[in-house]
Amino acid sequence: MDITLQQVGYSYAKGTPFEKRALYEANASIRSGSYTAIIGHTGSGKSTLLLHLNGLLKPTEGAVRIGDVSITAATKAKELKQIRRNVGIVFQFPEHQLFEETVEKDIMFGPLNFGIPEEEARQRAHELIRLLGLPEDIAQKSPFDLSGGQMRRVAIAGVLAFKPSVLILDEPTAGLDPRGRKEIMELFNKLHKEEGLTTILVTHSMEDAARYADQILVMHEGRSVMSGTPEEVFGDAEQLKSFRLGLPRSVAFQRDVEKLFGKPLGKLTLTEEQLASAIAAALKEGEQ
Amino acid sequence: MLEKMIFGRYVPGDSFVHRLDPRSKLLFVFLFIVAVFLANNTATYALLLAFTLLVIFIARIRLYFLFNGLKPILFLIIFTLLMHFIFTKEGALLIDWKFIKIYEEGVRQGIYISIRFLVLVLMTTILTLTTSPISITDGMETLLNPLKRIKLPVHELALMMSISLRFIPTLMDETDKILKAQLARGSDLTSGTIKERIRAVVPLLVPLFVSAFKRAEDLAIAMEVRGYRGGEGRTRYRQLDWQWRDTLIIIIFIILVAALIWLRGGR
Repeated sequence: MDITLQQVGYSYAKGTPFEKRALYEANASIRSGSYTAIIGHTGSGKSTLLLHLNGLLKPTEGAVRIGDVSITAATKAKELKQIRRNVGIVFQFPEHQLFEETVEKDIMFGPLNFGIPEEEARQRAHELIRLLGLPEDIAQKSPFDLSGGQMRRVAIAGVLAFKPSVLILDEPTAGLDPRGRKEIMELFNKLHKEEGLTTILVTHSMEDAARYADQILVMHEGRSVMSGTPEEVFGDAEQLKSFRLGLPRSVAFQRDVEKLFGKPLGKLTLTEEQLASAIAAALKEGEQ
Repeated sequence: MLEKMIFGRYVPGDSFVHRLDPRSKLLFVFLFIVAVFLANNTATYALLLAFTLLVIFIARIRLYFLFNGLKPILFLIIFTLLMHFIFTKEGALLIDWKFIKIYEEGVRQGIYISIRFLVLVLMTTILTLTTSPISITDGMETLLNPLKRIKLPVHELALMMSISLRFIPTLMDETDKILKAQLARGSDLTSGTIKERIRAVVPLLVPLFVSAFKRAEDLAIAMEVRGYRGGEGRTRYRQLDWQWRDTLIIIIFIILVAALIWLRGGR
C-alpha cells in the first residue's frame, strides 16, 4: 500500500492559547513494500507525523493518501476504521495497552474488532506466541503477571494479529536490553521480508535506520527536510549535523579509518559487518 | 483528542485576577458560590451574569476559548434548560404546538437555573484558569490552618489535593495515548449500541488504572527517599502576600451581596 503525504500541516489544540504547531508542509512518499526509517531530534514532529499514517490525527492542512483513501481535515471518523485495519501501529512502550484477563484474549482484541472470526483469531494468537518466542503456556496467563520484555512481545503480537499490510513502529525497542532489542528488530525485519509488509520505523537509533531501512526520512522542527537512501542521507554528515543528528557508529568509524589510512574505503558501510569487511579488504590491498 | 478540555487547567497570565492572592480568590469563589443562591429574579440573575462576564474580561480570558473548552458542560446546561421547558407546567401557556406545550414559568425557571449553573461553572473555571495548582493548595492549606486544632490533617489534605491536581494533565495524556493505541487496534468508542460503547471503555480504563497505581507507588517511593515526613516544620518557597487588591475584592463581594439582597424579590 503506497502512502503519500502532500503538504501536511498539523496544529495541536487549534484555536486555544495552547495551540502548538507540530508539522509544517511535510511531504513524503512511501512505496508499497519498502522499509522506511523516520529519524529526527526529539520534538522534530516524528510522532505527530506517524499518527497521521493511520488516521489517528487528521491533517489540519494538506492531505495524506493511504492506498486509495485520501485523508484531509474534512474526512469523517467512520471512514478511518478501514484504514486502521490495514495500518498497524506499535506505539512506544506498547505494553501500556494490555488490558485483558489473558494473553490470548488480549492478542485477539484487534482481530475481533476488525471482524475476523473467533477461531481464526485464536489460531493467529497462538501462531504469534510461537513466532515471538514466548512460552506456549503463556496464553492463559494474565498479561500483568509477565516480565517487561514478555509484555512488550505480547503487545506487539496484539498489533501483528490482524495482519496489517503496513506496520508502523514507534521506537519499538525503547527500554529493552541490548539482546531483546536485537531480537525484536530482527523479527520485524524477517516479517517485513516474508510477509511483504510496508514498514515504517520511527527511531532515535541511527544504527537501526542504517541497517534495516531502504529509505530514510529526516524530520526537523516539524518539517520533512531530507529523504533518500541510507547512503545518500548518511553520506551528508554536515547536513545531518545541522539537524542535530549524528552518523551511525559504523559510518563514523569508517570516516575515522579513512582519515587514518588517508584514502576512502569505498561504499558507505551501514553495518558493523560491512565495515569489518571493508577494513579487511583495505588492509589486504595495503599488504600487496 | 482531549486537548480542548480546559476544566481544571491553568493558563499563566498577568491580569488583575491572576495576581490576586490565592487565599482571597478561594475565599471569594467559595462565598460567591453561596451568594449565587440568593438570586431569585431577573434583576439578580442578570447582575450575577454581568458580574461574571466582567471578571472574565478583567482576567483577559478569550470567550471563545472558554466556551469551546466548556462544551461538554454547556451541553448539560442546555439539557437542563430543555427539561424545564418540557416539565414545568405553571404560568401562562406560551407555545402549544401538537404535543409540545411550553409554559411561561418553565421558560423562566429553565433560564434561571441555567444561568445559575453557568455562573457557578464559569467562576470555578476562572479560578483554576488563573491560579496555579500550587497556589491553590497553598491558599487552601493556609485557609484551613485553624482546623488543625480539631486534629484535621490539613497538610495531608492539601498534599493530596496538590498531587491530584498535578496528575490531572498526566492522566489526560496517558488516556489519550492508550485511547490512540486501542483505536489503532480497531476499538470503536463512537458507534454501536450503548452496551457496546460501555464495553469499549474497559480497554481504556484497565491500563489507566494499572498505570495510575504504578505511578502512585513510584511517587511514594520518590518522596520517601527524599526524606518527606509530613508537614511538621516544613517551610515554603513562596510566601503568600495579602495586598490591597485582595482586600478590594472582599469589599466588592460585600457590595455584590448587598446589591443581590436589595434587588432580590421578596417572598
